[in-house]
Amino acid sequence: MLFGAVLPAAAQDISAALVKLTADGYADTAEAIGDLATSGHPRAAVIVQAIADKTLEFDAATKTVAIRDGGKVVDAATGDAIAAPPAGLSPVRVNNRVRSAISAAMGALTLMSPDPAKRRDAADAVFKSRDQGALATLDAAIAKEKDGAIREALRVARAAVILTKADASETDRVEAASIVRERGDQDAVSLLRSLPSDTPKRVQDAAQTAAKAIETTLALWGGVQNALYGLSLGSVLLLAAIGLAITFGVMGIINMAHGELVMLGAYTTFVVQEVIRSHAPALFDWSLALALPLAFLVSGLVGVLIERTVIRWLYGRPLETLLATWGISLILQQAVRTLFGANNREVGAPSWMSGSLDLGALTLTTGRMWIMVFALIVFLGLMLILKKTAAGLQMRAVTQNRAMASAMGIKTPWVDALTFGLGCGIAGIAGVALSQIDNVSPNLGQGYIIDSFMVVVFGGVGNLWGTLVGALTLGVVNKFLEPVAGAVLGKILVLVFIILFIQKRPRGLFALKGRAVEA
Amino acid sequence: MITHFLLKGLDRRVVVALLLILAVAVLVPVLNLVVPEGSPFHVPTYLVTLFGKYATYAALALALDLVWGFCGILSLGHGAFFALGGYAMGMYLMRQIGTRGVYGDPILPDFMVFLNWKSLPWYWHGFDHFAFAALMVVLVPGLLALVFGGLAFRSRVTGVYLSIITQAMTYALLLAFFRNDMGFGGNNGLTDFKDIVGFNVQADGTRAALFALSCLTVAAGLLFSAAIVHSKLGKVLVAIRDAESRTRFIGYRVATYKTFVFVVSAMLAGVAGALYVPQVGIINPGEFSPANSIEAVIWVAVGGRGTLIGPIVGALAVNWGKTWFTGVLPELWLFALGLLFVLVTLFLPKGIVGTISDLFARRRAAPPVDPTAQPQPAE
Repeated sequence: MLFGAVLPAAAQDISAALVKLTADGYADTAEAIGDLATSGHPRAAVIVQAIADKTLEFDAATKTVAIRDGGKVVDAATGDAIAAPPAGLSPVRVNNRVRSAISAAMGALTLMSPDPAKRRDAADAVFKSRDQGALATLDAAIAKEKDGAIREALRVARAAVILTKADASETDRVEAASIVRERGDQDAVSLLRSLPSDTPKRVQDAAQTAAKAIETTLALWGGVQNALYGLSLGSVLLLAAIGLAITFGVMGIINMAHGELVMLGAYTTFVVQEVIRSHAPALFDWSLALALPLAFLVSGLVGVLIERTVIRWLYGRPLETLLATWGISLILQQAVRTLFGANNREVGAPSWMSGSLDLGALTLTTGRMWIMVFALIVFLGLMLILKKTAAGLQMRAVTQNRAMASAMGIKTPWVDALTFGLGCGIAGIAGVALSQIDNVSPNLGQGYIIDSFMVVVFGGVGNLWGTLVGALTLGVVNKFLEPVAGAVLGKILVLVFIILFIQKRPRGLFALKGRAVEA
Repeated sequence: MITHFLLKGLDRRVVVALLLILAVAVLVPVLNLVVPEGSPFHVPTYLVTLFGKYATYAALALALDLVWGFCGILSLGHGAFFALGGYAMGMYLMRQIGTRGVYGDPILPDFMVFLNWKSLPWYWHGFDHFAFAALMVVLVPGLLALVFGGLAFRSRVTGVYLSIITQAMTYALLLAFFRNDMGFGGNNGLTDFKDIVGFNVQADGTRAALFALSCLTVAAGLLFSAAIVHSKLGKVLVAIRDAESRTRFIGYRVATYKTFVFVVSAMLAGVAGALYVPQVGIINPGEFSPANSIEAVIWVAVGGRGTLIGPIVGALAVNWGKTWFTGVLPELWLFALGLLFVLVTLFLPKGIVGTISDLFARRRAAPPVDPTAQPQPAE
């Protein structure tokens, strides 16, 4: 190759190369391109690209090299516009020899580009093309590279070239295999597996071992990823189901409008964000924090209203409750559709929830992470309310033995209304979180209602821990089934599994024991 | 013996209803086909089809009433049996298209050619024969009900748990039929039907015949259900509804009775679905949606569960209301339907027919409250 082994002493000076371009000979042009490639001059890439685009023009008389950019003519070396371009400008001619010089030079130029991202892409490109000719440039680039990660990428690219280079020594190639292994992704595996059959056995073996090692690690990461995504899905299910665990699980009310209360929470978030956008844009990062209590209040109040007007007449008739609340869910959906329209509403993410987190070979979005944390906080908060507060004690007393609780002076109708309101309010809070990952539309709730019931029934009615375990299990199982069976079939399998599971354990995973259950 | 069994179900009300249905089944086709178009007595074809559709809904409601009203099984998945019957009929109708499809393939339906399938999947074989398809219309829903109900009732899954898993069942089927790989046309379902047992499905005569058949199905369903309800078997079913554990302790095999009535009901729903498809001209996975099944429940609730005639009245009333509302005030239909759910459960727990017959009973000043008149649903 023409360039690359040794950088010229006057690295930044390209005037000599430019003069060569005005000589109007293919050999001179190719040589000039080589000089430009190794010069490290910031304009070098622009000039070479201009030759390729046939916009680089020269005037032999005045030794001017210029780039024609639409109607403008700019100086090639400086990029300044030339006010009065010489009349004799004509394009630098290109033939096959020049073209190959250009493509080699572009590879080298991007390997040494001042932009780190471009250098990194160039290193990856060499890794994939395994262009033997780039070896010299790679060496030069490695010597010059200061960024550790990019030097590593360059080193791996170099190893890929050497590994596939038939005339490299066996020892070098074996060593190259172990360097390629460091890359540790599917591309590395396919490179290691695709060595030609005439490769010496030692190199083949080294490559196979490296490939196997990578695949093991990848499988492990795949498992970790499925588990994490599963937990993420599980926490969404938990959020959607946890309010239902109160209304259905603790009180025994089949609340088919549960999904719509989640939807009300999401729309509350939307309204809060709209108000903030128009009145106090600076507070946008706090919009979710403001929406949480409001969503709790909105959904909670709607819940209390539902309980006082409809459900309290239907205690002891769960099937009728189911029908009535289904009717309420239709009314709520249509009400929201009339107020806000049938289309999806845009709910933005505050800055602290956007972005992502790299964890080894995995990428987790920050939003999902927050939802996982949030689901746990809501769960623990609810546990605390039920187990440690006086109100929680009354709630449990009323659900366990209404007559006795009433005899002890607890106002059972009040407790009913408040418990139902609590469950609905929590559905509203879930809506705030789900507005971040789902479309906020009048149909938002319907997508969750069946899943939520599945979670509560699977986990065991009347048991919050069961809901936690049920949600996370179903989430993880779903994510592990997805790559094997596909998303839809995976979901069907989970549903069938739950149906069969209920046959075996009609009261769920963690059933309450005792005579009261059979009543 | 069978005639005796059927005749036992004929109390006065059922006879009146049967005669009414049969009269409509004859009269409407006559008014449509024989009476000239200009006459005020002419029934336009679109109305025949519309009421034919309602009649299939009425049959579905009747099927649901048999399990819910008389055995306390609130199935939120009866739409699945209806849709399965519909798909069986749809498959037959697809095979009848033959070379008249867009791609002109003599064997493969259009969507299979489109998906590059080379041969017919095994479960499509036989559906070119009407008799086989008709058998499947009854067998497939019946078999699903047998397996599903058999398992669930043997495990003593009752009350709301059963409701929820029936809902999960229809939801799972919804997802499954949406998949293109299943070989049922995926999202678009089955449509573009040409003819049924040699008659053009679009023709007035075929539509009138389908209408009459739908009415006859309702009548037959009513007769058969009334016979079941009035037999000893029916008494056991009501006993199960009102006190399941007690019935079991007396020595009846509750699970067997429940499975039996569930399967019969699913078969009736399947027949209803099979008559529905040629009249509306399409069957797609949307029919499996849980919302459809719950809507069928409200027909029964509005008409009056446990009355046999109620669900027919309810299905007609609610669907007529739906047609009227979606024509005049489409925005308000969901409000109206939602309110209907709430108000009926709160104020009309026995539905229209149940409330009216209570009024009559009271006016006749029989014993003040008939103890059997207010059955509590079994939980």
